[in-house]
Amino acid sequence: MATPRGGSVRTVAPSTGGPPAAARTPAPARTASGWRARLHRLDRHASPYAYVAPFFVLFAAFGIFPLIYTAWVSLHDWNLLSSDNPFIGLDNYTALFGDGYFWNAAFNTLSIGVLSAVPQLLLALLLAHLLNRPLRAQTLFRITLLLPNVTSVVAVVVIFSQLFGRDFGLINMVLEWLGVGRINWQAGVATSHVAIAVMIMWRWTGYNALIYLAAMQAVPKEIYEAATLDGASSLRQLWSITLPMIRPTVIFTVIVTTIGSMQIIAEPLLFGAQVSNGAAATGGTDRQFQTLALYLYEKGFRSFEFGYASAAAWVMFLLVVVVVGFNYLVVRRMRGGLDA
Amino acid sequence: MGTPHSGRRIVRFVAPMLAASLLTLTACGGGGSGDTTGGGQSTEKIKLSVGLFGDFGFKPLYEEFKKTHPNIEIEERQAAYADHHTNLAAHLATGAGAADVEAIEVGYISQFTSQPDKFHDLKQYGLDKRQSEYLDWKWQQGLAPGGALVGLGTDVGGLAMCYRTDLFEKAGLPSKREEVSALWPTWEQYIETGKKFAANAPKDAKFFDSPGEIFRAIIAQAPVGVYDAQNNIVVATNPDVKKAWDLSIQMIDAGLSAKIGAFTPEWNTGFAKGSFATVICPAWMTAYIQDQAKNAAGKWDIATVPGGAGNSGGSHLTVPKQSKHPKEAAELIDFLTSAQNQAAVFKAIGNFPSIPSLYDQPDIQSFTKDFFNGAPVGKIYSDAAKNLKPQHLGPREGDVRTAIGNGIGRVEQGKQSPDEAWAQVLKDVEGIK
Repeated sequence: MATPRGGSVRTVAPSTGGPPAAARTPAPARTASGWRARLHRLDRHASPYAYVAPFFVLFAAFGIFPLIYTAWVSLHDWNLLSSDNPFIGLDNYTALFGDGYFWNAAFNTLSIGVLSAVPQLLLALLLAHLLNRPLRAQTLFRITLLLPNVTSVVAVVVIFSQLFGRDFGLINMVLEWLGVGRINWQAGVATSHVAIAVMIMWRWTGYNALIYLAAMQAVPKEIYEAATLDGASSLRQLWSITLPMIRPTVIFTVIVTTIGSMQIIAEPLLFGAQVSNGAAATGGTDRQFQTLALYLYEKGFRSFEFGYASAAAWVMFLLVVVVVGFNYLVVRRMRGGLDA
Repeated sequence: MGTPHSGRRIVRFVAPMLAASLLTLTACGGGGSGDTTGGGQSTEKIKLSVGLFGDFGFKPLYEEFKKTHPNIEIEERQAAYADHHTNLAAHLATGAGAADVEAIEVGYISQFTSQPDKFHDLKQYGLDKRQSEYLDWKWQQGLAPGGALVGLGTDVGGLAMCYRTDLFEKAGLPSKREEVSALWPTWEQYIETGKKFAANAPKDAKFFDSPGEIFRAIIAQAPVGVYDAQNNIVVATNPDVKKAWDLSIQMIDAGLSAKIGAFTPEWNTGFAKGSFATVICPAWMTAYIQDQAKNAAGKWDIATVPGGAGNSGGSHLTVPKQSKHPKEAAELIDFLTSAQNQAAVFKAIGNFPSIPSLYDQPDIQSFTKDFFNGAPVGKIYSDAAKNLKPQHLGPREGDVRTAIGNGIGRVEQGKQSPDEAWAQVLKDVEGIK
């Protein structure tokens, strides 16, 4: 298409155009090919960006912008309902750092996080190790692992809240039968944290086990065979071969689980709603299981203090970065490869 | 050869850009739809949305409304109580997403009326003509501090006490509603009755559900609650608040509580199983109990509440500023809150009218409910509503009450002594601006 057009231009130009015009465009053919070359260069350099642009446009709109806007809001006395939101500088942050309930929520988050993440990942590792061998009905086992994860969180919390029920809960019945006596799971700090941690473990252990299993299957079988010949036990193989070989995956799951457990909100909110409507957003009557995300929800969406909630969101964000960074450093120090 | 190739490259280059811009376009289109209408010609098709928490008994009324407004479609959205108000606040703040008619409960009304620029002033649509029909205090609750008419009242929650006749009989107490009412003119006598009940009651039945709702009721009976008329929080200084607290603690100490929080799953089953013998029962609660305890029909009855009249709950209907059809929405509110339709709602689901001229009408006075052992609910709630003294509710009413409710909960769970819990309540309330 372009070649004939270029030809016609070449034939027409000398007859109609005056001498100055001809001087200015000495070689129309070269211009056309130059244009094409430039287009080609533009294509090579810009196209990749264009292809990834949709993601970045959406990420900017729904990721970066809210992040910056939240920082802006956190500098204001911003009530969700009021139209007058005066700038107050860092007052929200000062108030937040002096707010005992915020630090209480931070403690609860860490406590529930440790109580759920550590047993969860260890158990996932063990499950994956058990499944990482020729088994009958392998697919069935793997699907079963993932089933708790596809269950709705609401259903999980409602069922577990019944199990942990004070008067008619199955767990209390067993405890009473064992002679331990009933526990009011929601009332205590430790008991409520354990109950919530169990719900989180129920949902996420299988998921992590599957990820570990996928990584384990990439470990060369010869190493295990050699280890077996050397008389290494199964657990010893897990510790000395599997774990070092799947280290990147372990780091990944630790980071993802840490981020996830810093954001826990649905479990405590619904767990609280099972016993008291008013105490749901406060995470129990004494805030004994109010997590950071729930604290943020209470401030932002129950009290409508958006500025304060935004400040809490930013501090929470920084806390997540710190905790994830710490965990990353710890896990990275784990022995890597087989030479260690 | 090279040319078509480069053409395809252009397409490849342009396509993702196009996709991205299309995405943005559709995103804008979503927000912009609906603003094409205006003027309110009666031939134009209009869709009105109504945002409610729970069932207001409006569904049959929409059909009536459509007979006179054939061009209007009505879509009702329901959410849970707290979620509804949270969503409404978010929708008002972002300027999009609110329904054309939004219900607001009295616990939140002051918070919303203090932002009149977020709502249409219903006076502009002539609804101030309705003022003379209403209970004055109910009307006032719907006004903004500057005088704009933000919301029109639907129902009021005059207090009564629902009780299980079968459990009362088993405990050797009188079970006729007049006799039961005579047992407890005051809250102290209510506690005494509770002790007698506990002495002979079946093992699994407690006297009441939890002290939280009773605390709310006692507060509602006081002339001043947790806020004074100038919107100051007076929890620490109002003796009536401390009195309600102390009574609640006495009830816990007497072991009368089933320790089942209101509006929880266990509470719902408690109605049917008879886990508690009495429950605070504003008019709108009757429908709730009836729903939860279908198999306990005839076992529940209604007596007067100890301590005198009080209001708990009730709602207003508002038109957010972002509504594109304020005129039609106002007409719908006028219709839904008319005396005739408030009476119809009462008979259908139990929400009690806020229009006093209805209270003495024979069809209301003689209205009974079989589920409640044939109790004359019309007469009971009319009397409760007539004796109501208005109480000012402040902007952070809900937060203050949650703080106190949590304090009572801590005592009930044995986590704190009453004094420690009260001290923490005062500290928590201080932090509420």
